[in-house]
Amino acid sequence: MSKISEHSLFQLTLMRMREFIREPEALFWALIFPIALAAGLGIAFRNQPAQVLTIAAVTPRLSDALRQEKLLHVMQLPPVIAEQSLRTGKVVLLAEPGPDGSIVYRYDDTNPEGRQARMLADQAIQRASGRQDAVAGNDKIMREPGSRYIDFLIPGLIGMGIMGNAVWGLGFAIVDARRKKLLKRIIATPMPKHYYLLSFLFWRLLLLVVEVGVPLAFGALVFGVPMRGSAIALIAISILGALAFSALGLLVASRVKTIEAISGLANATMVPMWIVSGVFFSSQRFPDLVQPLIKALPLTAVIDALRANMLQGAGFAQMAPQAAVLGAWLAVCFGLALKLFRWR
Amino acid sequence: MQEQATKAALRVRTLRKAYKDIVAVDGIDLEVHAGECFGLLGPNGAGKTTTIEICEGLTEPDSGEVELLGLHWNVDSEALRQRLGIQLQETQLSEKLTVLETLQLFRSFFRQGPGAEEAIQKVQLEEKRDARVGNLSGGQKQRLALACALVGDPDLLFLDEPTTGLDPQARRQLWDLIEEFKLAGRTILLTTHYMEEAERLCDRVAIMDHGKVISQGTPRELIASIGVEHVVEFSTGTTLDLAGIGGIPGVRDVRSENGGVLMQVTELHQAVPALLAELSRQGVPLTELRTHSATLEDVFVHLTGRHLRDE
Repeated sequence: MSKISEHSLFQLTLMRMREFIREPEALFWALIFPIALAAGLGIAFRNQPAQVLTIAAVTPRLSDALRQEKLLHVMQLPPVIAEQSLRTGKVVLLAEPGPDGSIVYRYDDTNPEGRQARMLADQAIQRASGRQDAVAGNDKIMREPGSRYIDFLIPGLIGMGIMGNAVWGLGFAIVDARRKKLLKRIIATPMPKHYYLLSFLFWRLLLLVVEVGVPLAFGALVFGVPMRGSAIALIAISILGALAFSALGLLVASRVKTIEAISGLANATMVPMWIVSGVFFSSQRFPDLVQPLIKALPLTAVIDALRANMLQGAGFAQMAPQAAVLGAWLAVCFGLALKLFRWR
Repeated sequence: MQEQATKAALRVRTLRKAYKDIVAVDGIDLEVHAGECFGLLGPNGAGKTTTIEICEGLTEPDSGEVELLGLHWNVDSEALRQRLGIQLQETQLSEKLTVLETLQLFRSFFRQGPGAEEAIQKVQLEEKRDARVGNLSGGQKQRLALACALVGDPDLLFLDEPTTGLDPQARRQLWDLIEEFKLAGRTILLTTHYMEEAERLCDRVAIMDHGKVISQGTPRELIASIGVEHVVEFSTGTTLDLAGIGGIPGVRDVRSENGGVLMQVTELHQAVPALLAELSRQGVPLTELRTHSATLEDVFVHLTGRHLRDE
């Protein structure tokens, strides 16, 4: 009788798990999709090496002078063919001798590559003609993990995942059970009511291991995304985030009776945060006036804390402001949800 | 337990419940004896579900008193929950779980009772033990809901419209199961708008309409109370004079409905020949004639002038 598998909490949590893993779509959206998104965006926005531009020159003298510039690939072509190549975009610039020893650059000034080629070509010609640089400039290249887009993105996606899974996971399951009168049926049994909510919590924490662990591992293994801060602090902030968003999900679902309504409400709650909380681009881009508001959002707090931890090695002390924001959301949402919640 | 015959398993006094301006339950008194199957019979919207859900502790009454197994919701709700088996109208159990998993879940809520496997046997779902709930037929789902009500080995079983929406075969199968529980001595309160169901399963019946109990007793008593034993229904080719038919000896009531005429009579062997004679006197051709023994349906028609399943 006292076997753990016969305990209501165990059975309820097991029900959550079964409902989740037997819904292939849920599995896809919660786990596969964020990884696919990270991979896609990581590749699309990878930092590319400086690009070599292809240009044409019509005389050997011009070609020789231009070939001094490493970022230009110079093709020496007869005038007619050179002009055709320019028109069809095979070359971005055509250099030809002008009257009185001048040089004519022909290019499309609305094309950034054309403008860049014009600059590089002219510099090469001037140097070949004996111009000296007034000040020497030396380049020092820095391509360090931690400053790339993918490093920025992974914490954002983890934060988004924690929020989405919690708000959807609780919101949808509760409204579905209420709609099917399963909530009412369950409270007609001797089950202590808080067990029902606790089972969501247990399942959320189990799933958190996967929804944080998988993108982290993916980022670290595939893109070398750093994890500079303490792992315990990272776990703690993830759990706090999951709790705050679960409370938000509970609040959103506290009275809603239809799937349509919960879809709308959950989206209305989350979409603004996807935009302003810095998932895909820095929230600093929004005006200073609204920055305090943005900082007070739970998703901003989670993402800022995760980024500070992973990229700058922040520990508990540095994440305290974000933790406070999350704690406040947790307390307010949970308190309100308990007041508003309807079992039927 | 020696005073079982007189002890009430459920006692309801002057129960009242209104939603906004609709009075759902309007001063009801009920008493269900231990070991009996008691039926609340009435059309949709009569207040049956509100009544049973107040008894189940799911709805708070505006006024009145409910006592179950000698206990009260406001003080003994925890003890009561352990002793009640409840089947709600239209509960959809989680479709992703199997029959066995669903019953293991419900079993875990109760301190004692039969195991999940035993409950499956009781409702004859052995073949569907590992099937997902989503793949069950309507009757199988209803049997599973019944099993969920049984896993706590309840002293009092509440069944709200247990066979609504089922095909006749599934309904009969469910009736057989409920009859077995009756034989096992369980106390059952069920609601239904099927008079066959009430007649077959219930030891006593309360007929409800517009939130009130309009009659109460054994099915036999109720039928006898309207003073008619038979009902004659007939249709005619042309219109006829109902007054002439009302004058036939032994006819208690005549009403026309759905293009036909319904007569409640005491003596069939006298009323039918007299009816035929009257029709031929009026020169009206008979197109249809049926008779049946009076049922609870006729009791309801007699009391309200409406049918149980009038929409």
